Amino acid sequence: MQRFVPLIVVAVLVMLFLGMMLSDRNPNEIDSVLIGRPAPEFSLPSLAEGAAPLTTADLKTGEPVLVNFFASWCVPCRAEHENLMILAGKYRVPVIGIAYKNEADKARGFLTELGNPFSKTGLDLDGRVGIDWGVSGVPETFLIDGEGVIRYRHWGPIVGSSLEERLLPQLEALQ
Amino acid sequence: MIGEIGQFSLIVALAFALVGATLPHVGAHRGNIRLMALADRAVLAQFLMAVTAFAALTYAFVTSDFSVVNVAANSHSLKPMLYKISGVWGNHEGSLLFWVLILTLFGALVSWRGKNLPLRFRSRVLAVQSLLVVGFLSFILFTSNPFLRLDPAPLDGSGLNPLLQDPGLAFHPPMLYLGYVGLSIAFSFAVAALLEGEVTPLWARWVRPWALLAWTFLTGGIALGSWWAYYELGWGGWWFWDPVENASFMPWLAATALLHSAIVVEKRDALKSWTILLAIVAFSFSLLGTFLVRSGVITSVHAFATDPARGIFILGFLGLVIGGSMALYAWRAPKLVPGGLFGIVSRESGLVLNNIFLSTFAAVVLVGTLYPLFVEAAGAGQITVGPPFFEFAAMILMSPLIVALGFGPLLSWKRGKLSRAAQIAFPALVVALVAATVLVWKTSGGYVMTAFGFGLALWLLASVLLEIAGRIKLWQAPARALSRLTKSSRAQWGMSLAHGGLGIMLLGITISEAFTSEQLLVMAPGDTATVAGYDFKFDGVAPVAGPNYSAVRGFFEVSENGETMTTLMPEDRVYTNPVMNTTEAAIYPLLPGDLYAVVGEAAGAGRWSVRLYFKPLISGIWLGAIMMMIGGILSLSDRRLRIGMPAGKRAVVSVKQPLQSEGAV
Amino acid sequence: MIRYLVLVFSVFAFTLAVHAVAVDEKPLADPVQEARARALMKEFRCLVCQNQSIEDSNAELAQDLRMIVRERIALGDSSDNVRAYMVDRYGDWVLLRPPLKSSTYFLWGSPFLVVLIILLVVMRKRRSAAAVPQPLSDDETARLAQLLEDDT
Repeated sequence: MQRFVPLIVVAVLVMLFLGMMLSDRNPNEIDSVLIGRPAPEFSLPSLAEGAAPLTTADLKTGEPVLVNFFASWCVPCRAEHENLMILAGKYRVPVIGIAYKNEADKARGFLTELGNPFSKTGLDLDGRVGIDWGVSGVPETFLIDGEGVIRYRHWGPIVGSSLEERLLPQLEALQ
Repeated sequence: MIGEIGQFSLIVALAFALVGATLPHVGAHRGNIRLMALADRAVLAQFLMAVTAFAALTYAFVTSDFSVVNVAANSHSLKPMLYKISGVWGNHEGSLLFWVLILTLFGALVSWRGKNLPLRFRSRVLAVQSLLVVGFLSFILFTSNPFLRLDPAPLDGSGLNPLLQDPGLAFHPPMLYLGYVGLSIAFSFAVAALLEGEVTPLWARWVRPWALLAWTFLTGGIALGSWWAYYELGWGGWWFWDPVENASFMPWLAATALLHSAIVVEKRDALKSWTILLAIVAFSFSLLGTFLVRSGVITSVHAFATDPARGIFILGFLGLVIGGSMALYAWRAPKLVPGGLFGIVSRESGLVLNNIFLSTFAAVVLVGTLYPLFVEAAGAGQITVGPPFFEFAAMILMSPLIVALGFGPLLSWKRGKLSRAAQIAFPALVVALVAATVLVWKTSGGYVMTAFGFGLALWLLASVLLEIAGRIKLWQAPARALSRLTKSSRAQWGMSLAHGGLGIMLLGITISEAFTSEQLLVMAPGDTATVAGYDFKFDGVAPVAGPNYSAVRGFFEVSENGETMTTLMPEDRVYTNPVMNTTEAAIYPLLPGDLYAVVGEAAGAGRWSVRLYFKPLISGIWLGAIMMMIGGILSLSDRRLRIGMPAGKRAVVSVKQPLQSEGAV
Repeated sequence: MIRYLVLVFSVFAFTLAVHAVAVDEKPLADPVQEARARALMKEFRCLVCQNQSIEDSNAELAQDLRMIVRERIALGDSSDNVRAYMVDRYGDWVLLRPPLKSSTYFLWGSPFLVVLIILLVVMRKRRSAAAVPQPLSDDETARLAQLLEDDT
């Protein structure tokens, strides 16, 4: 029996590798541990001058909202911006934007240049809120249900097929 | 034109490899000498074609022919010549071509030096080797053609990753590849023996020099890589248990085990199926390494371009080669009946113990490397298996190995006496215990684990010296000791050096890990920082222009008790093609340890962030590796083991018989 | 493209972010606390530069996390609390030392398990090998024949 052990080990490894390669996982992606947990408490100044600060209460509106971490210095954020506009416009989803480690006027300039999909904004200058949300880089987008619980996290830019194949089905499930 | 010649050579080589991989087996099966003899010519032809192709690619790199995609993507006209050449193997396609070149080189060497191998067996070996060539050539031709043209050709290339533009890293890959691919010979010998259904002591005598050669290169390649990391990465680390590092370490462990178990096969005609398995496993680990680097399954910072087609292809090939040989093993292993017996206390048992721990360690490194994948596949979340786990495993498994290693060479072959070995080794035990106790006492009990490692290293070193003393009867007949010393065989010297090298390495690791002094700080010119009693005076920075980079060079005047010793000049470089930042540490090795300085970015107001270290005995790590390599080379040059064995006529006859008369498949 | 071309064959870890020198301007004033903080930093995996600890990395996020580790230590958190803080946000992934739990029992047990299995196999092999009587060699057979003949 022993003599078959090496063969079995090889077979198991090949299957493992094959499974890993055929699945559409991104080996760099770190799963969020916040799924199913209430969004972390925070209070951030708004990018819009004179507007009320953005707080956790803004996430508990009874309807699903998206929270998008972005920055003007982030190239992939530019790539996904069009899809955020579509989400806010065509699908009428409230999108909240949090400028991550970005100076206020630069973040504002970014929105003036590309259009503003955000119903509310917050400014996370030192990145502490980002860390509380387990953000490892921008962009990252969180889907929050009406009670303020995080239901889904989209890692990296929402580009290509990921809007229709990943984000929208999650959103529909909540609506 | 040259590029097309290269590509054509590869196609011709593939044809030769296909012929060489099939017909000799048919010949061996039918007893057709002419078909068997084809194997020799086929491997020679493959080698010549591979040389042509490699020369063509090198020519394209040297002349900066940017109409070749590979050259355009990995070279630049301003690069120094050394890095134009090392750029040939510094990319996915070129490194595969280099792999094929060495694969065919080893095939040709076996054919050349193995004229005294029985024809039938040699043709089997070469046919298996040719099969490996078929796999890698197809991989190149179908998924990774290095001669692909680009039209129109760009005006200049995008340049080689600056991290690779370093003398250490120019030679690290070829060395490592010689090791990886060298193990293919052991693999081919093992598969051929399984096909023939027989393993004899002489088989081990043939395999061992090849395994030793591969092991020596592998040792050198790994050591060179870690030396490079030490001076280039800028924080003095030299081993990170990254998946790709592990991928080079596993074949090394398996090859080390193979070297030792082959001795038992040779001496006692035992451990046969185990040794065959090790030969297959060692090369399988090499293949696994190339798969991990090229498939993108695991996140390692070493990723090649990850292309699913390549990943699937290489996985298929891997499954076929390793799975096929393991199936063959499962089928044929029962035929390998052990011959001689040996006592529980004997040199042979010592070697078995060595094998148990080395192969367990290799298996555990494999488990640790792939465990995050298993956990993820099982849907149990994501975990990281980092250095703490591997260090734990190394401690659990290597400590008993080193204890045994002190005893092993003192035991007699076949039937040894533990009491006698213990008597000889007793002084080593005393040295180790005293040293460890002193260390614990001096540090007021703060460094128990360090003391343990320190004691182990001294135990090993002392027992190696005692073994030499015993061998030359230093105590019994001191007058003739010197002449006995010179009469020791090179193989014996090889063993002592390699084991002593391990002791020196362990000493370096243990002491430098525990007693490194460091200062991470921001310094202004004129500031002085003291590290382990050495005063580092920062004299500011100056800009430096290199051939394809610009740098900031820092100046640190190092003195001890007011006496100036040296000026350390670390650099922070910015390469232009592609744009990238690298640090060049400045290292000044002293007997008690290395002075090590790194300069980083400007911190405002004329100040710079710097890291200063004193790393005691760290050179022991590479000194130990060099000793191991010299040990390997000495063993190789021993008359008894010289490549192309066996020398004696009698030996040839006695082995030819069983190999040729029996095992028709 | 360049992003993927990062490296090749080499055995060592590198990323584009590695090569700056990670030096923080404000270490903790208390050397004992600073040493504890540094030891902890070595346990956390950097999130943006694979397979490095945050102690080794100069990535901005690593700097921020180092700052947080120091803050928490200064506030009097135990090392376990700091670990929990990190795991709360980034999961077990962030720990270079995998925690002992049901999914890692096999991992931590593997050094012992594998040694045990190989030892068992070796012992079984030995016993069965010892049990098989060795056939007589030609010399021995001849000698035996001789002895038998002498006897009669």
